[in-house]
This record gives sequence, C-alpha cells and structure tokens, in this order.
Amino acid sequence: MNSRRFFLRVSLLSGGAMLIGGHEALAQPPQRGQAKPLDPNAFVKIAPDGVVTLTGKNPEMGQGIKTALPMILAEELDLDWKMVRVVQGDLDEVKFGSQSAGGSRSTPNNWDLLRRVGATARLMLVQAAANEWNVPVAECSTELGKVYHKASGKSVAYGEIAAKASALPMPNPDQVKPKESKDYKIIGKSMPTIDLPAMVTGKPIYSIDFKLPGMLFAVYEKCPVFGGKAVSANLDEIRKMPRVTHAFIVEGNGDVSSLASGVAIVAEKWWYANEARKKLRVVWEEGPTVTHTSVGYNAKAAELFNAKPAFAIRKDGDPEAVIASAAKKVDVKYTFPFISHAQLEPGNCAARYVDGKLEVWAPSQTPGRGLQMAALALSLKPADITIHQLRTGGGFGRRLANDYLVEASWIAKQIPNTPIKLLWTREDDMRHDFYRPGGYQHMRGAVDDKGNITAWHDHFVSFGEGEKFVPSSNISPGEFPANFLQNFAVEATLIPTAVPTGPLRAPRSNSLAWVIHSFIDELAYAAGKDPVQFRLNLLGEPRMVGKGMESYDAARMRAVLEKAAEVSGWGKRKLPKGTGLGVGFHYSHSGYFAEVAEVSVDAQKRVKVNKVWAVGDVGSEIIHPSSAKNQVEGAIIDGLSEMMNQEITIDKGHTVQSNYHQHQMVRMKQAPPEIEVHFVKSKNSPTGLGEPPLPPLLPAVANAIFAASGIRVRTLPMAKEGFKWA
Amino acid sequence: MAITMTLNGKAVSVDVPQNMPLLWVLRDELEMCGTKFGCGIGQCGACTVHQDGQPIRSCLTPVASVAGKKITTIEGLSPEGAHALQKAWMELDVPQCGYCQAGQLMSAAALLAKNSNPTDADIENAMDGNLCRCGTYIRIKKAVHLAVRMLNGSSPSEANNNE
Repeated sequence: MNSRRFFLRVSLLSGGAMLIGGHEALAQPPQRGQAKPLDPNAFVKIAPDGVVTLTGKNPEMGQGIKTALPMILAEELDLDWKMVRVVQGDLDEVKFGSQSAGGSRSTPNNWDLLRRVGATARLMLVQAAANEWNVPVAECSTELGKVYHKASGKSVAYGEIAAKASALPMPNPDQVKPKESKDYKIIGKSMPTIDLPAMVTGKPIYSIDFKLPGMLFAVYEKCPVFGGKAVSANLDEIRKMPRVTHAFIVEGNGDVSSLASGVAIVAEKWWYANEARKKLRVVWEEGPTVTHTSVGYNAKAAELFNAKPAFAIRKDGDPEAVIASAAKKVDVKYTFPFISHAQLEPGNCAARYVDGKLEVWAPSQTPGRGLQMAALALSLKPADITIHQLRTGGGFGRRLANDYLVEASWIAKQIPNTPIKLLWTREDDMRHDFYRPGGYQHMRGAVDDKGNITAWHDHFVSFGEGEKFVPSSNISPGEFPANFLQNFAVEATLIPTAVPTGPLRAPRSNSLAWVIHSFIDELAYAAGKDPVQFRLNLLGEPRMVGKGMESYDAARMRAVLEKAAEVSGWGKRKLPKGTGLGVGFHYSHSGYFAEVAEVSVDAQKRVKVNKVWAVGDVGSEIIHPSSAKNQVEGAIIDGLSEMMNQEITIDKGHTVQSNYHQHQMVRMKQAPPEIEVHFVKSKNSPTGLGEPPLPPLLPAVANAIFAASGIRVRTLPMAKEGFKWA
Repeated sequence: MAITMTLNGKAVSVDVPQNMPLLWVLRDELEMCGTKFGCGIGQCGACTVHQDGQPIRSCLTPVASVAGKKITTIEGLSPEGAHALQKAWMELDVPQCGYCQAGQLMSAAALLAKNSNPTDADIENAMDGNLCRCGTYIRIKKAVHLAVRMLNGSSPSEANNNE
C-alpha cells in the first residue's frame, strides 16, 4: 500500500452523472526517469436516478470476478446492491490498469485500488451533502446509496448529489481510509452473481453468441503436425460448396501461439463452412516435428534416468552422500502426462477490419497481449486496434494464449469491411492446445529414526532445450520442501519437444504437488510416522521460511493442515477395510491449501471418492463466499478429472486425442457426494482462489488410495494403472 | 424444402439442408443462441433440448428428423426464469462459467417432468450426459432437489433453508 499512489479524477457527465476514475501506479520513479502517470479511468457512474454503473474491468470466465470486483467498489461506496449495474469494460489498460485474468491475480491486484476508488467517491458524496446542509463531514454517514445527517434527520440520495460531488476538488486518495473489515456489509456476503439470470434463461452472453449484421463465419484448418505449413489445397472445389464465400491459404508467421499456417474457409453460416471443410484436401509440409511421439518421449526419459542429470536447479548440502549411507530410504519414479484445457466453449473470436483499423470481440484472458500479437501479426499500430471483452465459457489458462484472436483478425483483414466470426470445432481446440506439459521425476530420499527427512533428491526429466524449459514445464528452485531441508537437490534433464505447452490452472503446481506430496507420504510410511504428524514435523515451527520469491509462511500452512486434520477427523475415525484417508497441501498463487480425501478402493481397483475436506487461507476476506466455495469444489473435481483419465499423447508429430470421449472429465456420478470447504482467515491481504485449491487434491486422493489399498499411484492418469471410477 | 416444427410452442419453418443439425438451425438460422456448442459428438450435453419432452443432443439431430415434432429449448423453459429449476439454480448460485448450464437445466427439466421426486441416483443417471467443466455437480444435484421442494410449495429461500 505504501509503495503505491492513487490518481483519481472526477468529471461531470451530461445529465448530471458523476464519474469517478482511478488507477494505481508504482510510486517508484519509472524506468529511464520518465514521469508516466497513467490517465485516470472510469469505474463508477452514478446517475441522477440512483442507478450506479460499475465497470467489471477484468475478463470473466466463470471465476466470478465480474461480481467480486464491483462488490469491493460497492462496499466502500455504501451502495444499495439492488441499484448496481455492472458493465464489462473494453480493453483499455491505460484507463483500467492490468486487465488480464490469470495466476489468481485479479483479486490481489485490485483489492487496494478498488477500495481507494470507492472510498474516495464516497467521501466526495458526503462532502457535497455536508456542504449543502452546512454541517461537518464527520457528522454525516452513508448507507444504501444515501448520505445521512442523523442529528438533523436529513438525507439525500447519491443520485441527487452526484453532480455537486463531481464538482468538488479530489481528496488526496492516500489519505482516504477504506473501511474496516468489521463494518463490511457487502464484502463477505454472497451478492447475486452478475449474469446469473441471463445464464439460466439462455441469453446470448458468451463470446460464441456474439454476432453482427452481415457477419461471415470461418473455420480454420491447421496442419495436424505442430508447426507444419499449408502448401496447396483444393480451394476451387471448396469455393463452389454451398454458401461458401471465401477459401484461402494462410501462410502463417512461424509462431503457433500467434498465427499457425492453415486454410481458412468462410461461409454465410458456420455450419456451411464446416461442411465444406469435410471436402478439404490440403498438401502439408509437415516439417521435422513429424518424428515426435509420446512413446519416444517416454523411452528417452527412461534412458535419461540412467544418466546423470544435465544441470542443477538447486543443491543444498549433500543429499547423495546422506542417501548413500541412510538406513531408511525411498527410491521411486513418477510420471505425469500432457493434458488439454478442455474448456467447454471452443476457441472463437469475432473481428472486423475497416480502413486500416481492426475491431475485435474476444474471449481472451489476456486481451492486452492479444492486441500486441494482432498488431505484430497484421502489421498494424496498436492504437488502430480496439478489443471488446466478452464473457467466456471457461478459461483454465487456455485463453491466456491468443491464437484464436490472431487467426480471426488475419481472416478479417483478408475480407475487409465485413465482420468475421471464427469458431473452432472441439477437435481443433483439443488438437491445437497449449498443453500442460508432461514430466518424469526420479525421487530419492532418506529419513531418520525420529521421522525427519534427512535427504531429498529429485531428478526431473522435463521438456525443453539445454537448460531452457518449454513454457509451464519448469520447477522453481524454491519449490517446497526447498528451504525446509538441509540436504536437498533438484536437478533436471530436458527432452526437446515441438508440442506447444502453456499454463493450465495452477501451472506447474498441478503436477508437482502430486509428486512432492505423494513422495512425502512415501517417506512418512518409510519412517513409520503418521502422514499428518510427519508433515507438521517437516513444516516445523510457525515462521517465515525462505526469502523474497521463495518466502513460505509455515505458520499459515500449519494452520490449514491442522484444521484439515481436525475437520476430517484424521486419526480419530475407524474406517472400513478398503477405505482410507489421504492428505496433501500446497502453496501456490499466494494461497495456502490443505486437503484430506476419504477414498474407497475395491479389489478391481474401482475408486470412489467419498468426501473431500478442503481448508484454505487466502487472506483476511472471502469476498463472495458462495463463489469462493464454488471455486474450491470445482478445483477439486477438476483435479479428479486430471488424475483418472486425462492424457494427451503424440504420434507422428500430432495430437492423437480429438474430443471428450478420449480425454474424459468427471461426470456427476463420479464426483464426490460431498466437499467440505473451510477458510482460515489470516491477517493477509485477500488473494485469489481460482488455482490454489487444485494442487493438493491430487496427492490427497493418491495418498488415500494407498491408505485404502496399499497401492501407490506413481503414474497419471491412473487409468493406465488399471484404476477406474466405481 | 422447408421443415416445420413446433418450437417453444410456436410453429416454425426453416428452409435449410435436411442434414443441418438442429443445434445450428437454432443458433444460426433462428438466432436462438441459448443452446450451446461444446463437442459436436454428443459427449458434453451442452446442446441438450427437448423433443416431445425427451432430452436430445441437438448437435447430432438432423433438422429433418424433428419435422412435425415439439422442440423446447432453454429459451422456452421460461424466458423470465420462472421455472422452478431456474429459480433453484439462481438461489444456489450454481454456475461458474455457466456455459453448460442451459443443457444441464434441460436435462433436469426432462427428468422432473417424468419423476417428481428423484433420488440422488435418479439425478446422476439423468444428468450423466451433461459435462460441467467447472465442476458444479454438487450444486446442480442440490438445485434439482431444491426445485422439487419448490414445486411442492416452498419459496426458494424457505426450501433452501429447510434443507
């Protein structure tokens, strides 16, 4: 807070509405000495009739941010939520600051900013009323969109005073004090979710639903082999297909995250374009990637495990020597696969190119990056591109990439003055994803008689060139239990791959937590210790461990772990044969989560997750409790999908799986009948919830399977080891 | 040749190829976009509509096969959100991204039309064809039970509190 200053501006809108804007900028002098205060922006509009329009600035993909961020404004403004309308802001990062949705950052990045904007606006409304009544500001209060002077019994609605308020000088935002938590009336209450009535009545609110008059619809066939190029195609034949208006080859720019080469078919309606595509025959130049296979990657990993690691990521003490002389040690290998995002709304985007200017309607998690990529790919000035944000049917990290946006923009530029809608099929979406990368970990460790981990060695075989990991495949040198052990090493060897990779919900953590906490469980059993006690012993005293980017609050993790053990009845319940409890915890994206799973496994390896207890610490406030619980439940079910059946395999340089039947997610009858969610509120600023509940689920379930059956899950997806849902 | 059906209670005629799936007739010919495209192969259920009261996957249903049939879509369930299931969905704040929920609601509505007091197992079986990528299954199941209580006379909040 102290490192930031806030700039606000008030302006009078026609009709006497009050417009309040703000943004935050780092107080540190900008690089190269240039003073660069950003322009203020508009978050709040108070109309004379009392309707308050708040801007949802960040992309909404189901994480609830279109409701949560306006709630922060409404709280500080003391608004009547019934009078609040929320509109989705267009992309304008000068006006609004960062507008991305990823890394569970939307809440922490906006918490201070929006409280200041709201509190400043409220103070100006109070000042205006106090001036009218000729009373001190300190004697006035606000409630449900009105200013009150209780002593005289006077009151005035915000809408009536907004015009006067907007003419006042701006208070110094640094001196405006946001509310204290005990006074909250909106934060911490589950206000009606924005767009909920539209969702249950089928209103066209999603990106895929967006249409303009005269719009044409496009499909885009890319080379099945990653990085391959379209050489020629039977375009004349395709152009003669019913309702087809255009068909052309796109050379691409050599970057599959921007514009992969392919063939565009455009028609009056999407189905006609897709029908024509069935007749499309393309000659591809497949390139060198055609030799890549998952079988080849697996064989290479097995070979590399027999050699010394290529490079060290971290080395503390001498784990090799300790392991060599240890009495109790564990030496095991874990494997996890590439997986797809599989968000339900397939990739799509609308674009229109007129007179050198591009207008885009996009379902992007990073519209700002999308704009830059489109500018580069189409040789346009960023100032000539406008991006409107549309609600999306799930993100999970897939829409951090902007390939659909660049493709739609490129196609639109070829057909100027005509709005174009690109829509991928599910097969396009699954076969041209930026996959969660697979990986292989050879884990070795030792424990002493007291139940301490005396050594930890991880040889991580992952993907990349030399020492450069492909996106989202790396392990941080500070990853737990780094800094908790004296003899600790993580070393790596990378396998080159041409498979596009990228962040999937809780990137890196979604696979690493499973390995780390399964292995800790193996060490606990080797030491003959209770898995929860063993972990508490590992966490040690409540304290901060590590520095800077590696800092890890052992107190917060202990608190959620102890609470998870308590609420799950850990060690206190008699479970039937074939049923077991497992535990896992993980710190990611600023959130601390511990989870316990109760799982039954029968002789045919049929698995039933009876219940999951999740305990999280994401700071001092849970802004929207219903949405927060929904995110945790969803993350847990998502984790189960990742464990059992999901795997992307590569053959001849392309993705084998094409649709949900080959990359299955959990269905209702496989989901746990109950998920119990608790939040431990700490004195930390609130942080995000989209990601941190997911990672601990996988080890909790894997460890419960071991407790229930004696079988250790060291390969994902578990179906490869003969497991299936009961 | 034009194909005629009864769509949400009204006679509708479309002149499109016989094999155009009902999903694309709804979305692009009739501009009713509540029914969603998810997989195109009947795996996800996002495109679920009713044909003579039965839930069908409109992505796999050639429009010619619904000639003369009664089709109900999410837009016809209740445009104002007055159906007990829609009210229950809102009361329990079921959706996250919401993309699958039209299909979920249509499957649930077909279930309640023939089974006025479904068990958990009945609901799980009826909803087995509907994926929710966000994982809102626990709430969907609760909301179906809540809708049943509302149909039996409770207000949404009463029925929820009485749970």
